[in-house]
Amino acid sequence: MSFTRRKFLNTAALSSLALAAPNLWLPGAQAATSLKADSPIKVGLLFSLTGSLAVPEEDSTLVMQYAIDEINAAGGVKGMPIEPVIVDAKSDFKVYSAKTKEMILRDKVISIFGCYTSASRKAILPTVMQQDNLLFYPTCYEGAECTQNCIGTGPLANQHSFDLIPFMVDNFGPKVFFVGSNYVWPKESNKNAKVWLERSGGELLGEEYIPLGSSEFGPVIEKIRAAKPDFIFSTVVGASDIAFHRQFKQAGLKVDKMPIASLTTGEIETAAMGAEYGAGHFLSAPYFQTIETPTNEKFVDGFLSSPYGKNGYTHYNMEETYLSAYVFKNALEKAIDMHGVTDVTPRKIRDAAAGVKVEADVSPEGLVWIDGDNFNTWLKPKIGQCQADGSFKVIKEAADHVAPDPFSIYPDSGKCTADGLLGLDGKLKVDLI
Amino acid sequence: MLASIVNPLILGISIGSILLISALGLAVIYGAAGVINMAHGEFIMLGAYSTYTLQSTMGMPFLLCIPCAFFIVGIIGFVIERNLICYLYNRPLDTLLATWGVSLVLMQSSRLIFGSDVKYIAMPEFLSTNLELGILNFSTFRLFLIAVALILLFITWFIFYRTRLGIKIRAVTQNKEMAASFGINAAQVYSITFAFGAGLAGAAGAMFGALSIVLPTMGMHYVVEAFLMVVTGGGSILGTVFASTLAGEIQSIFAFIFNDTMARGLLFILIVVLLRFRPQGLLSTGSGRR
Repeated sequence: MSFTRRKFLNTAALSSLALAAPNLWLPGAQAATSLKADSPIKVGLLFSLTGSLAVPEEDSTLVMQYAIDEINAAGGVKGMPIEPVIVDAKSDFKVYSAKTKEMILRDKVISIFGCYTSASRKAILPTVMQQDNLLFYPTCYEGAECTQNCIGTGPLANQHSFDLIPFMVDNFGPKVFFVGSNYVWPKESNKNAKVWLERSGGELLGEEYIPLGSSEFGPVIEKIRAAKPDFIFSTVVGASDIAFHRQFKQAGLKVDKMPIASLTTGEIETAAMGAEYGAGHFLSAPYFQTIETPTNEKFVDGFLSSPYGKNGYTHYNMEETYLSAYVFKNALEKAIDMHGVTDVTPRKIRDAAAGVKVEADVSPEGLVWIDGDNFNTWLKPKIGQCQADGSFKVIKEAADHVAPDPFSIYPDSGKCTADGLLGLDGKLKVDLI
Repeated sequence: MLASIVNPLILGISIGSILLISALGLAVIYGAAGVINMAHGEFIMLGAYSTYTLQSTMGMPFLLCIPCAFFIVGIIGFVIERNLICYLYNRPLDTLLATWGVSLVLMQSSRLIFGSDVKYIAMPEFLSTNLELGILNFSTFRLFLIAVALILLFITWFIFYRTRLGIKIRAVTQNKEMAASFGINAAQVYSITFAFGAGLAGAAGAMFGALSIVLPTMGMHYVVEAFLMVVTGGGSILGTVFASTLAGEIQSIFAFIFNDTMARGLLFILIVVLLRFRPQGLLSTGSGRR
């Protein structure tokens, strides 16, 4: 029998299909990965290393590698080391969702740490839910989701503006102008901010949105100048944020008369725009590099002197990502204690995460814990003011931990519980994104 | 009241000048050499990185960086033209794909060399303040941008209409074969024109890096607007000037009346409507070649 090239190709194609088949036709629930005793624990790191999102997300990958090294050096999770599967999502939502599938089905990761924007999170969550895996979303977002497969370690919109708006109204006056990037997170955050503004007796003078990536703020700044607000509330992100702060100063607006209160302008942004443009403005975040606790000093020194600290700063997004590694570790240990190593599934880790704490000797921002109903994080929002050297000085810290409330501005939708969104009519909706 | 009318008008000129600075190099390359240069945005990005490098390593003052960025990116453009574009002049579709490939290569190379973290360009103190004249309020940087746009425009006009090189460029633009038969080295003229257009993009990059941010991907944003201006203007330099100024004014005035999101949308709708009824653009060159 002669084995021709064509025949070989046919056979090869068929056999590869047969090999792939078990993965393709396995029903979602059975595909859920479990752990093997005494072998490395695989987790996926799904961030963009190239493209327009690389600026914050490369740092997320680096800080996750640092955290994993630290956990492994201290003995891993119950003696088992964590092994990261690192991919590049290329700032492309199609790649995010393809890589998610690949990591769950081929690499058999037990959890995924990833995403920086709500758009990419919404792109991958359907896959994560279908495969009953677990996503650690390690940065701030707007809320209004109730899934059984996601843990958030950043502040929700209700925790973000809770302190910032009343603080600004008290210190600078009631009149405010909203500026944001034109996508879902700024709009939802502004809805939240309006609630707090109304409660603190403020007045909204105007609201403007700029396309993502645009650097032309001329018309918006003219409107702000004409409206004469007491302060500006900004949810502008990325490159636009830098253009906004620069043009603010170039247009002759004064930071002491009309400061910008932002939810995103942190250490990376002020380094990129030049400290003289950032000085005097305000940021609400649970973490600043300058927080003076032994834990944070250890984190900053350790990270910056490690091979991963090449960019020379730590900021809120990185710290929230760092925390997610420890939430994972603590929840996994709890799940192993409850079920035994071989029976641990992503869903059991998620359920075990209810009430899991990251203590102040590990968490640079201080003690935080995971809410047992909506699986976001109880934390203390802080307000920092940018100094002349580009660092932030913490000038106000919430007295108590603030509860995450994903549906704070949609009280009619019901309450998010561990099993799904419990509507006012008593119906339970699962997997709500 | 007067201020609220005059300020948007001046702002419109400023937005128009930014559009013009980003589109001028593209108009030169498209108008004279007929190349649809998809790598234009990356030439702008290279201009910004040149400025950043000169400033951070040699401490060169910002104003001096602008001409330097012009020459550095001009030389890069020249090399690319000599080694790639010059083989593709009679194949417009291939040029489009080739320049797009060049844009990807340039973007990834700059990421490899400079990393993907953001860089920033420091500006002299007098450019980061504003000027108040009674009720009017100008940002000095915006005035500076208008001045730079006029200077670049003047240099382009001078080269095209007041030098021997300009006569050659215009001759080659009108009819390459005829010009060549009169002893003009058409290939050389194309190279110089391409390098000049790339240089203009480099100077634009120096300005835009200072306006917002220096990133390997920064060019993608400008190239779309630049193409719109060139197409709306009809491919000529004068047409691009008209299109940019008009677009800037429309955006500024609509943003003042409605809001910024609406203004951008309306502007694009107007451009589409214009091109539907006048596909040759605002000012048609009437060139027989295309």
